Amino acid sequence: QGKFTLLRDTRTDGSFLVHHFLSFYLRAGCKVCFVALLQSFSHYSIVAQKLGVNLAAAKEQGQLVFLEGLKSCLDLLFGEEEQPGQPSPLQFLSRSPRELRALFDFVRVSLTPCARDSWKGPVLLVDDLSVLLSLGAAPVSVLDFIHYCRASVCCQLQGNVVVLVHSNEDSEDEENELVVNSLCHHSDLILWAEGLATGFCKDVHGQIKIIKRLSLRQAAEQDLVQIYQYKIQDRNVTFFARGLSAAVL
Amino acid sequence: LVSTEEDKYGLYSNLLLKYFLAEGVVCGHDLFVASAKEHPDNILKELPAPLLDDTYGKDLGDEAAVKSEDFQDSMKIAWRYQSLPKIEASPTTYTKFGHYYDISKKMSPELYQSVKWHSFYLHEELSSEPEMQAWNMNSGYARLLQSIQRIISQEGFDGSDPQKKQRNVLRIGIQSLGSILWGDDVCCSDAPEDPHSLTKFLYVLRGLLRKSLSACIITVPAHLIQNKAIMERVTNLSDMVVGLESFIGSERETNPLYKDYHGLVHVHQIPRLNSLICDVSDTKDLAFRLKRKLFTIERLHLPPDLSDTVSRASKQDLAGSAKLLSSGCGAVAIGKRHLDF
Repeated sequence: QGKFTLLRDTRTDGSFLVHHFLSFYLRAGCKVCFVALLQSFSHYSIVAQKLGVNLAAAKEQGQLVFLEGLKSCLDLLFGEEEQPGQPSPLQFLSRSPRELRALFDFVRVSLTPCARDSWKGPVLLVDDLSVLLSLGAAPVSVLDFIHYCRASVCCQLQGNVVVLVHSNEDSEDEENELVVNSLCHHSDLILWAEGLATGFCKDVHGQIKIIKRLSLRQAAEQDLVQIYQYKIQDRNVTFFARGLSAAVL
Repeated sequence: LVSTEEDKYGLYSNLLLKYFLAEGVVCGHDLFVASAKEHPDNILKELPAPLLDDTYGKDLGDEAAVKSEDFQDSMKIAWRYQSLPKIEASPTTYTKFGHYYDISKKMSPELYQSVKWHSFYLHEELSSEPEMQAWNMNSGYARLLQSIQRIISQEGFDGSDPQKKQRNVLRIGIQSLGSILWGDDVCCSDAPEDPHSLTKFLYVLRGLLRKSLSACIITVPAHLIQNKAIMERVTNLSDMVVGLESFIGSERETNPLYKDYHGLVHVHQIPRLNSLICDVSDTKDLAFRLKRKLFTIERLHLPPDLSDTVSRASKQDLAGSAKLLSSGCGAVAIGKRHLDF
């Protein structure tokens, strides 16, 4: 409870982790607010079906609040004038204050428990944060947004926050690196999916580093780092110790 | 959303764009062509003519038959390799996906006028319509988005018109996005005036594509964009990214390794849609070749080394061996590897 998890990918696509967490929390009965900026609802829905979760049903029942970034952006730009009571969460795209306050309000309103709710703890899931920088948000605004989300979801509501970011080793995108490094320092758990340094391989799709930041909560503790390699299949992902992929054994 | 990083002179990326549009004509899809460089009418006039199935199939069939006869003989020296499947450098008879084109001939006007096509030529659009709302974005991009959205909703590609029984696909081709001709200075300076215009445009375009039955290919002059951060963001926002590197004017043109080819194809990203996995091919080294009638993409394979020198200069070694030779290390061209003898 009250944990901030950072999903990070380098040289590969870490979205399988997002799919995992989405189905994991839905199956656990939590109320999930999913800010999906990069893909459409049907994409997540189809993958979730393979993992055994029905997103449409969860949305009907109110367990899942889904913000489809692409659709919301189109509504903002091509739709009719917005109603005064419902500001678009992505309004920083077309208005000048490049702040993400409207987005944060959306998150807060969707995760605040109302009387009828019987779900377990709230969860905020973001895929992915690096897109906000591409859309014109300043890095400081993005960090502020995450800070506010942590304060309200992790501390006030005792929920969890899971965020995906992209990063590259020799990236020239300084804004992105700034955001990623800052988030790393404030995370309780970092899941870092990396492509293999030796290049592409058919049997091992990448390696995942799991960093439990025990030093964040207690001064004398060391961070715990575990490294596994993985292979993604159609319906699940298999993890194994380094060098022990099924193809080798 | 397929992004193509252009090669230095834009020759080959334009060719890919034309293939995409020609395929659309032959399949009966609607087309939307946007450009700031040349008028879309001219682009359409230059589309390659489709080949009739039987002639090309026959040529391929003959070639394949001849090849398979040769390899019936058993291998005498490399007999261990006998059991491995024969590597097909380029797909021949077993793949029949799409159509083939003859680039030495142009497509007949009747053929491309048989499909409905829409064009967007930036200079015409800017002069005709008055100022529209800008959305904090480059006005050229904003107009293009508005135009695409108008076509999508008017022609019913987004399923908004339930009356329409026959659903069709819209193929969008955008040439040289990000170049100075669109009014964007990402290609000129390291700190452009509005670094987010291009990425915002791509995001909205992605939204439009997801919402409708359309496919889009864009070409981007990546070699001109100074700020590499923008190219990274463009890559993240696209579904598929293919880079073309042509050998014209570079040192690789004379490298015997590449003598059969005109350039390399780098597949930077493939789409991972609606599934956890993506369809990755076995090999990642692809090269392209422009023959008189055909543009082919093949697996990069090394030509047989029939020269007198013992070692072969590969792309990494090229710089290394040049350095060694100039420092007078002897008559033999030594590569960087110490196992050469």
